[in-house]
Amino acid sequence: MNLRENIKTLIIEKPLKLDCGRTINKFPLAYETYGKLNENKDNAILVFHALTGDQFVTGTNPITKKDGWWSYAVGPKKSIDTDKYFVICANVIGGCMGSFGPSHENPETKKIYGTDFPVITINDMVNAQVNLLDFFNIKKLFSVVGGSMGGMQVLQFVSNFPDKAKTAVPIACTSSHSAQNIAFNELGRQAITADQNWMDGKYNSKSTLPDKGLAVARMAAHITYLSKKGLQEKFGRKLQERDDLKFGFDADFQIESYLRYQGSVFVDRFDANSYLYITRAMDYFDLVKQFDGNLSNAFKKTKTKFFIISFTSDWLYPTQENKDIVIALNAIGANVGFVEIESDKGHDSFLLEVPDFLNALKNFLDKSYIESNNES
Amino acid sequence: MKAEYNLIANIIESNSTVLDVGCDDGTLMEFLKKNKNVNIRGIEISKEKVQICIAKGLTVIEGNAELDLKQFPTNSFDYVVLGQTLQAFINPEIVIKELLRVGKKAIVTIPNFGNWKVRLDLLFKGTMPITSSLPHEWYNTPNIHMCTIKDFVKFSDTMNFKIVKSLALINRNISNISKSNIFLKNLFGELGIFLIENK
Repeated sequence: MNLRENIKTLIIEKPLKLDCGRTINKFPLAYETYGKLNENKDNAILVFHALTGDQFVTGTNPITKKDGWWSYAVGPKKSIDTDKYFVICANVIGGCMGSFGPSHENPETKKIYGTDFPVITINDMVNAQVNLLDFFNIKKLFSVVGGSMGGMQVLQFVSNFPDKAKTAVPIACTSSHSAQNIAFNELGRQAITADQNWMDGKYNSKSTLPDKGLAVARMAAHITYLSKKGLQEKFGRKLQERDDLKFGFDADFQIESYLRYQGSVFVDRFDANSYLYITRAMDYFDLVKQFDGNLSNAFKKTKTKFFIISFTSDWLYPTQENKDIVIALNAIGANVGFVEIESDKGHDSFLLEVPDFLNALKNFLDKSYIESNNES
Repeated sequence: MKAEYNLIANIIESNSTVLDVGCDDGTLMEFLKKNKNVNIRGIEISKEKVQICIAKGLTVIEGNAELDLKQFPTNSFDYVVLGQTLQAFINPEIVIKELLRVGKKAIVTIPNFGNWKVRLDLLFKGTMPITSSLPHEWYNTPNIHMCTIKDFVKFSDTMNFKIVKSLALINRNISNISKSNIFLKNLFGELGIFLIENK
């Protein structure tokens, strides 16, 4: 990853007090934008990425040379239409695509932070990203949109800044990470830290990386993003380039080979310590607890119009958890729409070509944009 | 249908808050938004219909009125509208109670099973009635709790709610239902429209 010149970075001068108690300042926030900010500066959408995403939402990611993670949804004439809207996305702090993270050097010790990096939270992530509004001189975003961990950031953002977004679209997410969510994340973290090359997080000073552990973490997580039905239909018991079982432990089955591949490509683009930090941030996310057991209170001060979307086959952040957010919003008479999209593609549905989802997102945004222009 | 919507629009005061329960494709919602400038929300069980509503820019949540009305606080809307769906619920009693809790007032419309065409069908054919407003066969009808205008009036006593206004739709004409004419309205009415509230 030496193509860092392709990464736009904003240095946040303002000190940011983190939930863990430490304060950071003069830290980098890497971001990317798509489309044009209009004269009224009322067409900006802040997109939040999920666990392993980055600021390169669409087009070709200049670092990985692959399609941006939300290419299906973001682009000219797409759901988030970059001909109409100015899309901003930042790499979360704790990440590894240019924003302040554990692979950065500690200016005091001149060593890579590793696990000396402060533990960050979803709250810290959005508090860092709100600085982008000042930078672009945007008073109010047209929308904040994100799926999975991105959805959690949407909820936290509206709660922290009730008058900074006209609309909000949390997708396939939750207001409080469940025991099952934490369990899967812990499995990933254990896989990383059990890798000899992890070396208590100080691997950056050595030439070897905890690739094996990170790959296993990715493989385990990848299974949680898919549905049983989806896996069965795509792979079933199909064999990988062989006519029969080999009575050994090579990848006999296509699903094995697929997971190994997913693991191997992931380690090329992701930092193991970032994986620890970001999964931790997700686990600590509990907006319900933050508001003393009443989620409604998180949104009491906001007039933001919400549209919540879940997927039938998503068992990681199931419909009920999304509906709990709808219920909390309805309890305070907030403006909230909700739809559950039929899809066999599991949690990953929001990243894939699911026409009902893409249409609903586009329709909501476009109609709301017209409506908000008529009002102002 | 237009007559029914006009009627509902006439009952609803401008600029009020409205919840349309079983809002279907949002036609009534759009109509009320345009004509009465109401702040309107919808709840609809069909995913396809919800998608249509979203495409129209309406705020709708996918849900089942029997299960999902409970999330709304008491008196959170000036009006709750239930258009021709009471008969499709498993528990109309619970739904009516919930409508009157969530809304300060409720507007309920019912296809009248006491209409003469329905009565004649059963009397002469001896089969379950099929009419333009009740087009299903007995085995595939969603209308599992049909009632007549008279039944609904009786229902208000049993359930202890007040009928503020009661109207019948006959050949696109609207008329008031009163104690003295209910026999005829129940015989000729195609649709009963009731504005109700808690006693």
